[in-house]
Amino acid sequence: MIDIFINNLPILIVTVPLMMSLFVVLVTNSYLSFLLTLATTFITFLIAILLYQEVQSYSSISYALGNWLPPLGIEYIIDHVSIIPIIIISGIGFLATLFAYKIMPSELSDSSISKTYGLWLLAISGLIGLVTTGDAFNLFVFLEISSLASVALVAMGAKQDRQALIAAYNYLIIGAVGATFYVIGVGLIYAITGTLNLADITSKLALMEDNRALIAGFGFMVVGIMVKAAVFPLHIWLPRAYAYAPSAVSILLAATATKASLYILARILFSVFLPSENIVSFTLTYIILPLSVFAMFGGTIMAIYEKDIKRLLAHSSIAQIGYITLAFSIGTKSSVAAGFIHMSNHALIKGGLFMAITSISYYIQKRVTIENLSGLGKAMPITFCCFIICSLSLAGLPLTAGFISKLYLIKSAISSEGLWLSFMILFSSALSLIYLWKMIETLWLSPLNKKDIKIKEKPVIYSSLLLITFLNIYFGLDASLIVNSSFNASNLLLGINK
Amino acid sequence: MISIENYILLTIISPLLVCILTPFLSNNIFLRDTIGPVGGVFSSWGAIEITRSVLNGEQPTIEIFEIAEGLTISFNISPLGAIFGIVASFLWVFAAIYSVGYMRGKKEKNQTRFFAFYAAAIHAALCIAYSGNLLTLFIFYEILTFSTYPLITHKQDEVAKKSGRIYMTILVGSSILFLLPAIIWVWVTTGTLEMSQNGILSGKLDPKYAPYLLMMFVFGIGKAALIPLHSWLPAAMVAPTPVSALLHAVAVVKAGVFTMLIILTNVFGIQYLADTGSSKWLIGLACITLISTSIIAIYKDDLKARLAYSTISQLSYITLGGALASSYAAQGAALHIVTHAAGKITLFFVAGAIYVGANISKISELNGQGKSMPFIFLAFFIASLSIIGVPPMGGSWSKLFLMMGAVESDYLFVIIVLCISTIMNVYYLMEIPARAFFTKKIKNIDVKIPNLMIIPTMITCLFTIILFFYIEPFKNLTLLMVGK
Repeated sequence: MIDIFINNLPILIVTVPLMMSLFVVLVTNSYLSFLLTLATTFITFLIAILLYQEVQSYSSISYALGNWLPPLGIEYIIDHVSIIPIIIISGIGFLATLFAYKIMPSELSDSSISKTYGLWLLAISGLIGLVTTGDAFNLFVFLEISSLASVALVAMGAKQDRQALIAAYNYLIIGAVGATFYVIGVGLIYAITGTLNLADITSKLALMEDNRALIAGFGFMVVGIMVKAAVFPLHIWLPRAYAYAPSAVSILLAATATKASLYILARILFSVFLPSENIVSFTLTYIILPLSVFAMFGGTIMAIYEKDIKRLLAHSSIAQIGYITLAFSIGTKSSVAAGFIHMSNHALIKGGLFMAITSISYYIQKRVTIENLSGLGKAMPITFCCFIICSLSLAGLPLTAGFISKLYLIKSAISSEGLWLSFMILFSSALSLIYLWKMIETLWLSPLNKKDIKIKEKPVIYSSLLLITFLNIYFGLDASLIVNSSFNASNLLLGINK
Repeated sequence: MISIENYILLTIISPLLVCILTPFLSNNIFLRDTIGPVGGVFSSWGAIEITRSVLNGEQPTIEIFEIAEGLTISFNISPLGAIFGIVASFLWVFAAIYSVGYMRGKKEKNQTRFFAFYAAAIHAALCIAYSGNLLTLFIFYEILTFSTYPLITHKQDEVAKKSGRIYMTILVGSSILFLLPAIIWVWVTTGTLEMSQNGILSGKLDPKYAPYLLMMFVFGIGKAALIPLHSWLPAAMVAPTPVSALLHAVAVVKAGVFTMLIILTNVFGIQYLADTGSSKWLIGLACITLISTSIIAIYKDDLKARLAYSTISQLSYITLGGALASSYAAQGAALHIVTHAAGKITLFFVAGAIYVGANISKISELNGQGKSMPFIFLAFFIASLSIIGVPPMGGSWSKLFLMMGAVESDYLFVIIVLCISTIMNVYYLMEIPARAFFTKKIKNIDVKIPNLMIIPTMITCLFTIILFFYIEPFKNLTLLMVGK
């Protein structure tokens, strides 16, 4: 019995939230739907941990769906690489659900809550499916499941602000364009290799010269994924979507959605198209690297001039995605590892920051802008402390998780590209302190609004915030878990010889 | 018998405990205000024991924990670290007593927060002093910056906000932009973050890159306040005077020059610097800072601002000592950390006492006030003599060694610069007691200075004299530092 369970873990992690999402929608009681969602995300997270342990002993688990063996059937792969986004998505999914308990009812009508939770689970299952599958077309399916669920989730914000509808529409159109690009690319690759299994594509490509169909297919796939990953300048859907989605949804999306696509990007660049080294290294050096640098500065500068805090954080996400793609674009083992380190750490950081801002907006019952923050540090000391810690972590200051990612990123940049790139990275992270400090200063030094004096912080709200903040510090002090798994991932992805 | 590792922990953890306990004691004012000095005593006790063992030729080491492979938080006491540690912990005792007097005298708000962050800053400074590798050094360097921010913005008004911004921009900006990549550069080239007595770069880094690496370090260590990174220090003077006294004359700025010196001696190594000549430009920069800030100090009428510029000038003595790349000069620089600390903290104590007692902060208003507060001005006079470098004050030793170092490394113009700066020291420091004692009084003020402020001032003033006669242990430490 246990054996069957253990053997089927790779499919369970996708199907448990998928099935439960259908069930949750049918539950009319909002409290019950919350409990079900919480239980589901918790089980998903447990499965993820079990899988992590499996991966430590077997290194790579291949699961043939319906016992149709690959390359014909659909294959699910859990290895050192894909386990990282799986842990991130399921972990943050659980934390965000825990946090959503009081937040959801404050922003949504009672009847729409169970629908939201249904979509919520659907999005999680789509994202996890995205990273587990080893089949190019199945990947497209999950890409669409997760995107459509996220679009609907964003649109749920319409009760608060009608702008959410525009945001959702933008997201839908741009997301659909990205998915179409991806599927065109898959079509072209299928035409020349005759297979959809990602590992099989690699082995077929190895026998082939570079040709136009391959280049076009590669291009379409990469661009399609870059849209989903919000790589500059294909990010325009992101700020609005994060800003106008219901707050709890923003947390989930900000911490997980782009991570899954970034993982796919790394997978396509370093493992699927491994044989066509020329094209990949050209793309890395001349396309992704400059775009990442632009993203770092563009995102940060946009954030500096932004007044609405949720949008501000969304802009800063674009810059942070820039760091991750920059790490990939350097293309050495240590830099790719740095990318994965930052992927996990950024999920913790952004999750924490969005949670802090959401709690503030819950307490003051207004949209949070810079002016609204005035003096709130005194009224809500716990939230304020968590906000400071997560901010410092974002800026990459010592003893926080963000410092570890920056340390490894700069180390890999210096050892392969010299100083100029590391100056770029550090300059943009110094700039990010400007917008962070603006917020901290307003929270701390500006006079407190009279209405806000009565605010009392609630344990239901700040417990998950405290937990994620604690993780930010913990992984800054004992980073070996994240660092080692990221290095395992990059060793597997780039092979032993690189 | 307490092991030496526990003494290290005692020294470092006492201020941390004070910081943690203070908020819980906010209802018991007496207890809250006492644990500061008591923590200082414990911390100094540990520091003395550590110094003893360093003088016996040991190098106490303790590893706290490992962040990831190759990244450890560890403490390893170098002779220079022992010097800085003893200075910071010893002066903390008196500054803690003084700050109680000041905060009560001024009836400041948010005293609990003030005392908590005050202790946190000392904790960070001591951790910098004892840090065993560049990572630990960097981490606590940043913590020091952040823990002093609430102290600088203590008044929470617009001026404080603006100064806080300048402070953070320069210190955090420079450390992120230059110090961090410099450290990682060292890590990539040498494969280690551990420092060693004779430097770690020799044979690893091509000498043609050395000046650039040094440049990154110099502009990364904003706390050393070299031009053009000096403007945070005058801005930080909006903080209550105990902060200016202990942090901006001792802990923070000394942490800056300590970092500078330890980088010059234990990362580059004096021999490497002398062989490659990569620190020549730094001598020039230090001399420019030294002279130009002295000139600015002359024109400042605000007492604390004048002392701030004087501090910048004195700090560049220390950087200069390291940059001269000779063992005498390095000794002089290390001794100057001690002698300047004792002198400058006294001067700031006096400034604060005058401000609390007579509500005067401008030099031009000091005319004739000498009779109403004779001891305070006497202390100022003695401490000034020490800063100027007149025997029998402690300050004379460090200047002597610096000049010997200049001769040893053949930079005779440095001696001229030092002489000019001494003359300017006389000019801008002596004006204050001269005005107080030898001019006519303009206004009559009831002077009330709390005893809790006068006593620490007198004691630190006494230190400047004692240091002249009792410099031996410090000198021995500096000899160990240069490996003689």
